[in-house]
Amino acid sequence: MPLAEVPSFIPAMPEIFLALAAMGLLMVGVFQKDGDVAEVTRASRMVSRLGLVALVLTLLLVTTIAVRGPAQSFGGMFVLDDFAVFFKVLVLIASGLSIVIAQDYMESQQIARFEYSVLILLATVGMLMMISANDLIALYLGLEMQSLALYVVASFQRDDAHSAEAGLKYFVLGALASGMLLYGSSLVYGYSGTTSFEALATTFTQLHGEAPPVGLVVGIVFILAGLAFKVSAVPFHMWTPDVYEGAPTPVTAFFSVAPKLAAIALFIRVMVGPFGDLVAQWQQIVVFISIASMVLGAFAAIGQENIKRLMAYSSIGHVGYALIGLAVGNEAGVRGVLIYMTIYLFMNVGVFTCILCMRRREHMVVGISDLAGLSKSNPLMALALAIFMFSMSGIPPLAGFFGKLYIFLAAVESGLYGLAIIGLLASVVAAYYYLRIVKIMYFDEPVEPIDRAIGRDLRLVMLGTGVLVALFFLFPQPVLSSAASAAASLFGG
Amino acid sequence: MSHLPLLSLITFLPLVGAVFILTIRGEPDVVARNARNVALLTSVTTFLLSLGVWFNFDTSTSAFQFQERAEWMPTFDIAYHLGVDGISMLFVLLSTLLTPICVLASWESITERVKEYMIAFLVMETMMVGMFCALDLVVFYIFFEGVLIPMFLIIGVWGGGRRVYSAFKFFLYTLAGSVLMLLAILTMYFTTGTTDIPALLNYDFPTGLQTWLWLAFLASFAVKVPMWPVHTWLPDAHVDAPTAGSVILAGVLLKFGGYGFLRFSLPMFPEASIEFTPLIYSLSIIAVIYTSLVALAQEDMKKLIAYSSVAHMGFVTVGTFTMTVQGIEGAIYQMLSHGVVSAALFLIVGVVYDRLHSREIATYGGLVHRMPAYSLAFMIFMLASVGLPGTSGFVGEFLVLVGAFQANTWVAALTATGVILGAVYMLYLYRRVIFGALTKDSLKRIRDLSPREIAVFAPLVVLVFWMGLYPAPFLEVMHVSVSNLLERVETARASMETAVVLGR
Repeated sequence: MPLAEVPSFIPAMPEIFLALAAMGLLMVGVFQKDGDVAEVTRASRMVSRLGLVALVLTLLLVTTIAVRGPAQSFGGMFVLDDFAVFFKVLVLIASGLSIVIAQDYMESQQIARFEYSVLILLATVGMLMMISANDLIALYLGLEMQSLALYVVASFQRDDAHSAEAGLKYFVLGALASGMLLYGSSLVYGYSGTTSFEALATTFTQLHGEAPPVGLVVGIVFILAGLAFKVSAVPFHMWTPDVYEGAPTPVTAFFSVAPKLAAIALFIRVMVGPFGDLVAQWQQIVVFISIASMVLGAFAAIGQENIKRLMAYSSIGHVGYALIGLAVGNEAGVRGVLIYMTIYLFMNVGVFTCILCMRRREHMVVGISDLAGLSKSNPLMALALAIFMFSMSGIPPLAGFFGKLYIFLAAVESGLYGLAIIGLLASVVAAYYYLRIVKIMYFDEPVEPIDRAIGRDLRLVMLGTGVLVALFFLFPQPVLSSAASAAASLFGG
Repeated sequence: MSHLPLLSLITFLPLVGAVFILTIRGEPDVVARNARNVALLTSVTTFLLSLGVWFNFDTSTSAFQFQERAEWMPTFDIAYHLGVDGISMLFVLLSTLLTPICVLASWESITERVKEYMIAFLVMETMMVGMFCALDLVVFYIFFEGVLIPMFLIIGVWGGGRRVYSAFKFFLYTLAGSVLMLLAILTMYFTTGTTDIPALLNYDFPTGLQTWLWLAFLASFAVKVPMWPVHTWLPDAHVDAPTAGSVILAGVLLKFGGYGFLRFSLPMFPEASIEFTPLIYSLSIIAVIYTSLVALAQEDMKKLIAYSSVAHMGFVTVGTFTMTVQGIEGAIYQMLSHGVVSAALFLIVGVVYDRLHSREIATYGGLVHRMPAYSLAFMIFMLASVGLPGTSGFVGEFLVLVGAFQANTWVAALTATGVILGAVYMLYLYRRVIFGALTKDSLKRIRDLSPREIAVFAPLVVLVFWMGLYPAPFLEVMHVSVSNLLERVETARASMETAVVLGR
């Protein structure tokens, strides 16, 4: 007699494949000749290419399995619906682009080692699990798997004190957040007797609008705090600027998109799924977090001189906008978040690709003033960065505008006018610092030009994301309709 | 011509030209020459195409013509929808006329980054034309806001003086106003379930909601017009923008606000418009009198003309809110006339600025002795700006005042002082720059208008006289649409009065 029923592995095939691929690549890397720098670089290049192939194959797997329709496995702990597929595709694209744009930098900094790609793959496995988590335990497993890999890549530049500091800071604060999340989960389990999202949802539906026990609310608040840390929302944002500044730039690029996408997905699933009936309990918290993030992101970024720090505050602000959609708490809101995050992904990768191109005499520079006169020395890169900056500040007809449009539409529809007005005014403030970058590139005289040579990979990513952001308005429909069906699947379709 | 998507062609042809210029490679001066030629060719072709709209325009209907509709975001039921009526059609022509003139006016004065400059102007033309043609709120908003990007770059890159400060001020002022309008647009969308402008024109919003929507739209349009007290970005932007930038700013961008009142505020929120008429009157009268006095004290020619623009746009807002046929037609006419005249005046300043690189009035004096043709052109536009009978300015101001008299005598009387003050500051400017003895050494070798400059001014001079002497073709175009607009306002007024009588 079998001890337990053998679960269906098919819904989890992408995760299983990617985990195996990561371990396989680890083996491949380990058994490469380990001699001088050239050989290490060669190995890292090969693993990076193979890692990209693995991600593409996973992407294909995800879309193939998605055709079979929604499914559950592992006793309901793992769920695959349109919502999960949508975010998995985004996360895989983000990880793939992060691997592509990293290689050049790693080689120039002489830290090109094959472990980078392997760690990215492992983190991606964790993120895919987070997105599909349908149980508090599965959630925690995915989250930790992702975080452990991220702590290591944050300090990937071992000889650099900043990078080590970033890794340590991220680890200490991240562990604290994980602890809070776990504590919150245990409280929720204690008061409801289950960890399954569906069972939790049923329990709360049976409350019929009565106020839940205080201990349970405390548990939810702890879970919220842990998740807010992962998406770097105010007031749990303190780690963001330091980690963004200290970590190697490609790692920062990765941090600013993939984990954030996964965490937002998790945030939405937890809040809307099991705690969906308790909207009244958590809505005000999310509204507060959202407003605080938008306002802090807008005002704190104004004085920044380091472009990576600026992007950290910018990403805090963007999370604030995405959380408006969650605060709305209905299908339209979630749809808005999905569209917003899709556009955010491409804008952010684009900006970081530009940052990776900021090199002067083979040395990386990260000061905003180093961009002075870029429009003369490197018009194409200046144009791309200008497009991203205008898009981030939400000026039509660029993609960023559409992201904001649907978020605010959802907010207005459910009568959250205050939130919408604050958000829009914060976006005007934020426009100031985005414009400042355009101003430095276009209006100021060049001091010492940035190197013109840009690697082929970086140029491709920059052009690709730039064109996507600039021309999104031509064919918005595919993103809109898949976001709509993903949001619908979360609300029981 | 109904099968040809004429409006889309006019809207996006400049963009095609811009993309083409982007691909030009080679030696810097070859690139510059080609960029200029392509820009001129594209904008002239666009203008000729837009004449096609005028010739085929049916003046007997108030319905939207040349309509084009395509699915765009079916998930949200937002469509790409273009069309023109009697109110918007002439503004399309104004935009397509001024762009080639701007290109021509910048022929020699812009020598740096010519390629980017021409791209910015062509992109701007697309945005302007699209804005006037849009029949969907979201499409409208995109074009309305999209103008900011090229204009920001034009002021910041090719401007002078405090160009960075002015560019930021222009951008942030306008953006702050428009985000509130965006909020209103979203509210309208979820109230009615559509963003289609013709459909919204027939929708009656509840009175309470109208007030809020009207105020949100005001926030955006008042900045654009600009109305006192949010006009302060305009003098800065004008002074620091390059000549052609000022021309577009004064000629077309300011009209966005006036057009917005006519397209949205009046027909969609008629009750709120009636309610807020005293507010608009007060702000406009302050604008007319106060900015005229400020203009009188200016030492900088561009700044003087910028303040005069605020005063002239005060006439437009008064005329719009008189809600009479004469007033509204006068407002539209005044906008068109101001589009031509103020554009021409900025070009006039540009001519001497190109030669001496100074906009100070004190730098000049006695120009008539060396530049007779220039003085003549200056005089024509100066008198048109003052509103001398026989010039375009007269028709607009006269109609506005006639409309104002019907609505409120005091408003008419106070607005009329603007005409006198306008004559004072313009004649004073003209005297100081043109007349007197030519004593300054720097002026002794100044050249008169070149053939290229004459080619720039000639069409504008013709227009000033045509619009002044024979306004019928222009008024005919707008008449039916304006009457239709007024009918809607009157219905609202009637229902408001019934409500008052019934004590509701």
